[in-house]
Amino acid sequence: MTEARVLDPKSAPPEAPRKHRRHLDLRLTGLLGVLVVLCAVGYATRPDSFLTEANISTMLRLAAAIGVVSVGMTFVIISGGIDLSVGSIVALSGVWMTTVATQSYGPVVMVLCALLVGLGCGLVNGLLISYGRIVPFIATLAMYASAKGLAERLSGRRTQVVTETGFTTFFRGDILGVPVLIWMLAAVFAVGWVLLNRTTFGRRTFAVGGNAEAARLAGIDVRRHTALVYGIAGLCCGIAALMVVARTTSGASTNGMFYELDAIAAVVIGGTLLSGGRGSLIGTLIGVLIFTVVGNIFTQNNLDTDIQNIAKGVIIVAAVLLQRTTARHRGARTT
Amino acid sequence: MQAQKEGRRESNLLRMAGIGKTFPGVRALDQVDLDVAEGEVHCLLGQNGAGKSTLIKVLSGAHQPDDGEITWRGAPTTLPSPVAALRLGIATMYQELDLVPDISVAENVFLGHEPTRFGFTRRAAARDRTQRLMTRLGHPEIDPDREVGRLSAAGMQLVSMARALAHDARLIVMDEPTAALAADEVDNLFRIVGELTGAGVSVLYISHRLDEIRRIGTRVTVLKDGRTVAANLPAHTPTADLVDLMSGRKVETVFPHRDTSTVDTSREVLTVTDLTREGEFKDVTFHVHAGEVLGIAGLVGAGRSEILETVFGARKPDSGHVAVDGRPVRPGSVVAAVKAGIGLAPEERKAQGLLLDLSVAHNVTLSSLPAYSRAGFMDRARELKDSKATLERLDLRPADPGRLVAEFSGGNQQKAVVARWLVRGCKVLLLDEPTRGVDVGARAELYRVIHELAAAGVAVVLVSSEVAEVLGLADRVLVLRDGEVVEDRRADELTEAAVLDIVMSGSAITESAITESAITENTAAVTEEEVQ
Repeated sequence: MTEARVLDPKSAPPEAPRKHRRHLDLRLTGLLGVLVVLCAVGYATRPDSFLTEANISTMLRLAAAIGVVSVGMTFVIISGGIDLSVGSIVALSGVWMTTVATQSYGPVVMVLCALLVGLGCGLVNGLLISYGRIVPFIATLAMYASAKGLAERLSGRRTQVVTETGFTTFFRGDILGVPVLIWMLAAVFAVGWVLLNRTTFGRRTFAVGGNAEAARLAGIDVRRHTALVYGIAGLCCGIAALMVVARTTSGASTNGMFYELDAIAAVVIGGTLLSGGRGSLIGTLIGVLIFTVVGNIFTQNNLDTDIQNIAKGVIIVAAVLLQRTTARHRGARTT
Repeated sequence: MQAQKEGRRESNLLRMAGIGKTFPGVRALDQVDLDVAEGEVHCLLGQNGAGKSTLIKVLSGAHQPDDGEITWRGAPTTLPSPVAALRLGIATMYQELDLVPDISVAENVFLGHEPTRFGFTRRAAARDRTQRLMTRLGHPEIDPDREVGRLSAAGMQLVSMARALAHDARLIVMDEPTAALAADEVDNLFRIVGELTGAGVSVLYISHRLDEIRRIGTRVTVLKDGRTVAANLPAHTPTADLVDLMSGRKVETVFPHRDTSTVDTSREVLTVTDLTREGEFKDVTFHVHAGEVLGIAGLVGAGRSEILETVFGARKPDSGHVAVDGRPVRPGSVVAAVKAGIGLAPEERKAQGLLLDLSVAHNVTLSSLPAYSRAGFMDRARELKDSKATLERLDLRPADPGRLVAEFSGGNQQKAVVARWLVRGCKVLLLDEPTRGVDVGARAELYRVIHELAAAGVAVVLVSSEVAEVLGLADRVLVLRDGEVVEDRRADELTEAAVLDIVMSGSAITESAITESAITENTAAVTEEEVQ
C-alpha cells in the first residue's frame, strides 16, 4: 500500500492545520483503494457472478454480524481496552434466545433476551475491568470461557432450531428490497458513528483511551465510562446474535466462533490504534468489507480456506506496518 | 566568574568544561564546569532545576551534551552511552534507584556483566562476590539471594553501591543518597564514603543538606540556571555564601507588578483543614481568598504536588477536609472537586494534563462537556467559538482551536490546560509547576495570565520549584519541609535566601534568620553582578 500524498489545492493553507484529520483521510483513502482493488480482482476472476446483486447481498449479509461486533470492538479499543469475549457472548445470546422456553414467549421477548444477555455480559466485563481493576485481557478472557461454557450448558451442545416463524419472517425478509440484516448493519454503524463523533460519550471515549490519567484529572469519571464502553460492546454482540440466529435459523454454542479475532483484525486494519485514543468507525467498516470480499473471492473461485487464512494474516501484518509508519511520522513531528 | 579556582590538583580525575545541553524549549545546561580530583568528595549544589540532574545524566552517558569537553584522567573522552561510562569507571547511583525489584541482590549487582563461563552464568561466583561487597559495605547480613524488592530503602541503596563497586568504579555519582535514610544509616553511608575515598575512589555527591556537605565534602561546585556560578569552593564555605550563590536572582525573569487590591479577604474560597496523607504530608491547613495567589515552596519530595492532588481529589486523604465556599468537598473524588469548582494544571503537563492526539478545542472543553452539549450531542459550533475566544484571551498562538495540541510549544500547551479551567469557570485553580519546560518569553505571559485570573476573582494556588517564582507571583507563601507547613507568611516579608534557608537548613525559621537573610540579600545582588 503506497501512501501517496494527495494534495488538495483548496485545503493547502500555509501552515497545514489539522494534520491529524488529513492523516486519517489519507489512510482511509488507501484502505478504500485496497477494497476497490480487491473488488476488481473479484470481478476479473468471476465477471459473471461477482458484482451481481445476489452476490453483493450475500456478502453484506455475511458481513453484518461481524460488522456489528466490530462497531463495539472499535469503541473498546479506542477507549484503550480489548474484548476477547465477543464471540462467546454472541454464542450465549444466540443460545439463550432460542431455548424452547424463550421461543414460547414470542419474537419480541426473543429479541429482548438476546440484547439483554449481550448487554449484561458486557457490563460484567466492564465492571470487572473498571471497578474490579482486572486488566481487560484477563477479564474478557474469563468471560470468553464462562460465556461459552454457559452457552454449551444451556443448549446441551445441540443446535436449537428457531420454530418461531414471526422472528424468521421479519429478520430474513426485505425492507424496500434490501435485506433487514443489511439495514441493521447500516443502522448500527450510523448510530455508532454519531455516538463516537458527535456526542460527549464519544469525546470521553477518545479521552479515556488517549490518556486515562489526563481524562481523570479533567474530571471525567473514567471508571464509569469504561464500564459503559464494555456494555456497548456487549449490546453489539446481542444484536449480532440476532443476526446470526436469523441467518442460520438456529442458535448454537458454536455461533460466533473466532469473532473476537476477526473483529480485532478489522478494527486494526481500519486504522484504530490498539493502544487507544485514536480510531475511526469508517475504517473499521472498510476493514470488515475487505475481509468479506477476500473471503468471497476465495469461495467463488473454490479455493481452500487455508489459503484464505494466510491471505488474512498477510493483510493484518501489512495494515499494522502501515499504521506504524504513520505513527512514526507523528512521533517525529511532536518531539 | 567568581570561581575561586584553586591551583590545579595534581591528580585530576574528571574535568568537564563548558558543557551545554538544550532540550526543546529549555537550555538545561549552559556553560557548566566541573573538576573532580582523585579521592575527593566533590559536592554539587544548586536549586531544583539548576541542572544537577541533567549534568549527572551527561556524566553517566544517558544524555549527550551539545557542547563542551570532557577529560578523563588527562585524556579527552566522550560518554556515548551508559555502558561506555561504566567501562571508564563512572558509576551512578540515581535517586530513584534503578534496581530490578523482582530479582535477587546478586543478580542486580551483576546485572549486565554477569560472571560467565562458556556462556553460562556463574551464579555461585556472583553470590560470593556480592557477599564480599556487602561485607565491605558493612552489611554482611544482606543475603545475596534475597529479592531486592523486599529490602528497605537503605538496603536497596547498598545494593546500588555494591553494583558501582562491582564495576571497579573510579568515580561514584551519588544523587541525594541520604534522602531516604535514617540517621544511623546515614552514618554508615558516610563511613563507606570515607573508606572509598581513602582507597582513591572519588565521589560526586549531590545533596540539599548543607550540614552533610560540611561533614564529608572536600570541595563544592554550585550550579544555577544551568551554569557553574562557583567552582571548587572549600566545603567549609559559610552557609550564607552558598545560599546566596544558589539564589542570585535571574536577571531576565521580570515579575509583573502585583496589585493586591484584588484580594477579597471577606470571601474565603478554598479552605483546607488538617489534611494528612501518611508518609506524604501531615496536618496541612491553609485557606485562599477570592482573588488571592497562594504560593507553596519546598524541595522536591516535600509533599507539594501531593497536597495539590489531594485537594483536587486525585489522592484520597487519610484525614482532614477540603471546602470550597464553605461547602465540604467529598474527599478522594476528582469528579466532586471539579463540580465544586476546583481546577488543576498538573505537574506533568503531557502525561497528566493533555490529550496529545486531540485538538486544542477538544482539550479545552474536556472538563465542561455537559455545558457544550444538548442531550449528549456536542454543540460543536459553540465549542469552537468559545475555545477560540479563550485562546485569544490567553494569547495562545496560533489561536487555531482545530490544531492538534501536540503541535504547540510548552508555554502554549500550558495555556491550553489553563484554558480548560477558564472555560469551565472554576473558582479555585491549582497550578503545579506551571512554568516547567517553558521558555522565558512564554513565562512572562503565563505570569500575566495568573495575575489576570486572580484579578477576576479566582483563588490561585501555585507550586513551583523556583523560589523566586513563588515569591514574585504569590501574595502569601507556605513553606513546606518534609510534608509539614513550617512557614505561612506574606510574600513581601520573605526573601529567596530566607526561604532556601528554611527548606534546606533543617531548622525552623526564626525572626533573626529573616533579618539576617534580608541583609545577605544585598550581598547576593553584588554576587549577581560578578556572575554576569
